[in-house]
Amino acid sequence: MRRALLRPPHLNRQQARTVLSIDSNGALPITIRNVTKTYGPVHALDNVSLDVKSGEFLTLLGPSGSGKTTLLMVLAGFTRPDCGSLKFGDREVIRTPPHLRDVGMTFQSYALFPHMTVNGNVGYPLRLRKVPKDEIARRVEEALATVQLAGYGNRRIDQLSGGQRQRVAVARAIVFEPRILLMDEPLSALDKKLRDQMQIELRHLHEQLGMTTVYVTHDQREALTMSDRIAVVNHGRIMQLATPRDLYERPANRFVADFIGESTFLSVTRQGKKVLYEGKALKFDTPPPDTDNLLLMIRPERIVLSSGRPAGTSNNFKATATDVVYQGDSFLLHARLPDGNQIVMRGAVRGDRLAQMPTVGDTVTLSLAPEDTVLIDGSED
Amino acid sequence: MAAVETSRMNEAGLRKDGALERLKLFGLASPAMLIILVVLAIPVGWLFYVSFVGADGQFSLENYARMLDSKAYYRIFITTFQVSILTTLLCILIGYPLAYFMAQLPPKLANLCMITVLLPFWTSLLVRTYAWLVLLQKRGLVNEWAISAGLWDEPIKIVHNMNGTLIGMVHIMLPFLILPVYGSMKAIDRDFMKAASNLGATPKRAFWTVFFPLTTPGLFAGALMVFILCLGFYVTPAVLGGGKVIMVSMKIVSNIELFVNWGAASALGVVLLVMTFAILWVASRFLKLESITAGGH
Repeated sequence: MRRALLRPPHLNRQQARTVLSIDSNGALPITIRNVTKTYGPVHALDNVSLDVKSGEFLTLLGPSGSGKTTLLMVLAGFTRPDCGSLKFGDREVIRTPPHLRDVGMTFQSYALFPHMTVNGNVGYPLRLRKVPKDEIARRVEEALATVQLAGYGNRRIDQLSGGQRQRVAVARAIVFEPRILLMDEPLSALDKKLRDQMQIELRHLHEQLGMTTVYVTHDQREALTMSDRIAVVNHGRIMQLATPRDLYERPANRFVADFIGESTFLSVTRQGKKVLYEGKALKFDTPPPDTDNLLLMIRPERIVLSSGRPAGTSNNFKATATDVVYQGDSFLLHARLPDGNQIVMRGAVRGDRLAQMPTVGDTVTLSLAPEDTVLIDGSED
Repeated sequence: MAAVETSRMNEAGLRKDGALERLKLFGLASPAMLIILVVLAIPVGWLFYVSFVGADGQFSLENYARMLDSKAYYRIFITTFQVSILTTLLCILIGYPLAYFMAQLPPKLANLCMITVLLPFWTSLLVRTYAWLVLLQKRGLVNEWAISAGLWDEPIKIVHNMNGTLIGMVHIMLPFLILPVYGSMKAIDRDFMKAASNLGATPKRAFWTVFFPLTTPGLFAGALMVFILCLGFYVTPAVLGGGKVIMVSMKIVSNIELFVNWGAASALGVVLLVMTFAILWVASRFLKLESITAGGH
């Protein structure tokens, strides 16, 4: 706080504001170039470059300590990187103090001021911008209506539920119409049902307002649900930047494949154009990446139980069921391959299929269609 | 009928257990309550009684009437409030920035700082007061240094007057202000200041609109504590004031030691007590008194 709040000498508020309002309506793109931040020997951010498109919903996804929050703090201006460039639109802002950046932000703790009412909180950025009183009242009411909290203006913060606080935090972040919105794990404090609902709501809000949004989460499902694109972050680097679908279907490496969804990995060997598992050539649609360290990634829901004679067009694995778990909507089958590797398979449970649930000790045949046979780079990053 | 009885199963026994638990809890508090009764409530009651007894041993209001008539008493009360208000203000001016500084330090350094704040707190009041006398007197360290450094030529009077009293009082009262203020500062979520700044507040605006308002409970609590302690303070003004700063407590002592007038002394004590309660009552309308003990909000 002490350091971040010092105002660099080269910009005053008026200058910053005029430059930032070049693109007076709509969103701003964000350009991050070679940003590095070290804490002693640790690289919190390691030469990160990233383009966030104008109006895009981009999620920074990674485990705790991966650097995703540090990157968001660099965007907000709370963390001073060692070097690099950061542009909002055409304007270089890497040395601009946070209060001149004009970006909206929601905090994991919401950071709602407890000594102000809901109106006081949401109106705060407008009061700082010297907006006339009646306009503040109108815009606060509008913002509260946007987050479905119309009429809550006079409540104290401690009279609100977690979900309502979350909405107030969002209203406060959007009321001054920033063209960039940063969200730091905004839903992590909510229970699962509310979280699922808020994901959809935030997504709608983004479609409605169209501001460039950078969202930080460690929850892969949340990232898949909400984002236009996802940047998977680990060890201060961006492992992969892709659409949710590409990320899930074609992970760039083992870390991404492991982090997004569940998977089983089998070591395979490359022989010319062929890829062999246990001496057998695998059938696949998409050619494998150009590396010798190849892994076959098997998603539990993509591999299926073959009844009767397996189809010759698929890759088939004979295995022994070691564990069968009934989970209501589906069942999980753990099976051991002859070479000792374990495969996990998820099967649908329907009345007529219940009978098909194998029992422990059964020999089963698991089939993987060529389009689901994904070969990935086996390196961790 | 049987169903009703089942639903009331063990009711009497459970109620007895609850009552027993409360009784045990009360038992824990009773030694302290007994002490308070014997050494506080009874003497205060006696004080009230004595204050209404005249020189002739009959019920009389003369002890209070004297206070209203005499200019000397009036001056004493003015001095008492003057010293208390000035000490409180100086404590705020010195203590708040120091607490802010400590609240920003990393935990280890902050602890070290806190120990240096508390160290004098753990030293005897008398020792500290006489230490100030040694430092501030005419041929004391402060004068000697200032003269040798050329700050002033003649030894100046910094003790045995209001200055000396204030220096000593502020020094002794400072921890009482710093502790609750520091507590309320530490309780502030660091994200609040980030949020304020993100929403467009300059560091100065963020401080005055977010940080400061959130520390006011601690500040009020500390200031109130200092002010009330000042009202009844005796040792420091007696030693460092050199007889020129006469506060209510000193008048009480002189009434007893010099004039052996217990009635007058008691009346003064009662007035001081009533004033203290009045101030507490007014203050309690502006802040929750729990915040004094909780040291935060």
